[in-house]
Amino acid sequence: MRRLGHFERIIVLWLVLSAISMTLVAIFLTPILPPSTDATQASGQRFDNEVLTLVSVFVCALIFVYFGYVLIVFRARDPRASTEGPPIRGHMGAQLTWIVATTVTVLFLAAFGSYELLGGAGGGQGSKPVFTSFSAADRGAHKGDPPLQVQVIGQQWQFTYRYVSNGGFESAQFVLPVDRLVELHVTSLDVIHSFWIPVLGVKADANPGFDNIAYVTPTKVRTVHIQCAELCGLFHGYMFDTGRIVSDSDFAAFVRRQSRFVSPVTKDLPKYGGKYLPEPAFRAG
Amino acid sequence: MSAVQKKLLGIVVVVAAAGVLIGFYIADILMASPRALRPTTPGPNGSLNLTIQTVAAAGPTLTTNPSWVSYFVQDASKRWRHSTIWDLPAHTLVHVTIYQFDGDSGLRNPFMAKVRGTVGNVMRVDGKSMNVLNPDDASHTFAVPQIGLIVPLMGVADDAKNQCDFGPCSLSTAHKTITFTFRTPRKGRYRWQCFVPCAAGFLAGFGGPMQTLGYMDGFLNVT
Repeated sequence: MRRLGHFERIIVLWLVLSAISMTLVAIFLTPILPPSTDATQASGQRFDNEVLTLVSVFVCALIFVYFGYVLIVFRARDPRASTEGPPIRGHMGAQLTWIVATTVTVLFLAAFGSYELLGGAGGGQGSKPVFTSFSAADRGAHKGDPPLQVQVIGQQWQFTYRYVSNGGFESAQFVLPVDRLVELHVTSLDVIHSFWIPVLGVKADANPGFDNIAYVTPTKVRTVHIQCAELCGLFHGYMFDTGRIVSDSDFAAFVRRQSRFVSPVTKDLPKYGGKYLPEPAFRAG
Repeated sequence: MSAVQKKLLGIVVVVAAAGVLIGFYIADILMASPRALRPTTPGPNGSLNLTIQTVAAAGPTLTTNPSWVSYFVQDASKRWRHSTIWDLPAHTLVHVTIYQFDGDSGLRNPFMAKVRGTVGNVMRVDGKSMNVLNPDDASHTFAVPQIGLIVPLMGVADDAKNQCDFGPCSLSTAHKTITFTFRTPRKGRYRWQCFVPCAAGFLAGFGGPMQTLGYMDGFLNVT
């Protein structure tokens, strides 16, 4: 039987180590990768993280095997020997393999990442979203209904929320129904903020005078941590909030209760128009 | 030890000592924070009284930025102090009295005109019970967003007589008296702030005193 050469041994060891390590990663690591599976957008992001992690493990396995192999096999066995090794010359096959393999890997990751972003992926899409052909999972349990519109208003240093599809009342509480596509209109009254719900995979910049639209479909009843992700002044570090994803009936109860509570001030809110610019737009002093 | 070695050792010691001193100096600057105050006086049934005032100009007496809008707080001996970091006990009713000496400038977000988080979700302005203010009449707010507390503070009319020039202001000058009661939350550090862009002369009204502890922002250290 022919003995395997160095190159072949490295390939075999790489494939074996990859099979073992990728299996272990798939079993133990990918289920806890961020962000979560509690929104369809978050699930998509986790899938992306899983793919990227497994590709990374595959590449890392080659590096570890290569270095381990050459350190062991090509070590100086006689410490007293001081003769130099043979001169290293170019090897067209090795160079071509390296260039082609790395190019294919990088192009694959770029194409995969771009494709995954095409759906919006929970990020702000600007005032005229392009990616609005939602899957059945994105539409949740309300497939025939238009997306629930909620405006997110950033101001130093608190987010408030305007429930556009529910009479337009404003609240300091972030409450969304589960299994329903939500269209978030993110804006700011002063400086640039960033509305971030890590566990739902939602992140959209809040720019003054600009309507930045992001979509999310929560799939689990739970509380969510909200925070500002853009350094916005003295109390940026305190610009966080706790939101709730609730059942349809609990959401309806929230709307009834909250719209009644804030009704004395709802008449004073500016007319809803995507942006939130009370007159005068920039009161100061 | 030769003379050169002694000289080198001396230089090393001096440089090291200077480095330590510079390090202490920088650390002191980075960690500096206004001192906390326990400004309350006992009220009925274990409650506390807290008395504060808001002024259009902090004045030269107690502050280093006399033209900045500011809060002041009354200590246990009834003296006005320039502090916005207050120690309060947890789960305690606090009766707050705010003497408001500044004119109105209006809320940027009208939603902040709704009184929330106080006992009964109401405040009293010059003795009159209110649960919402005309957003244009607001001069400042006292808000602790982490506990859902916000109280809009009505401004003094532009044509009011005997207006206060700078703080701390005397009650003999034109002012509004706002009172409300809230319950302190569990132990923790809670920021409080004004939501009216009231920093005249600063970008969008939100620089200077709005971005500096001791003026329009502070902390409740609930213990």
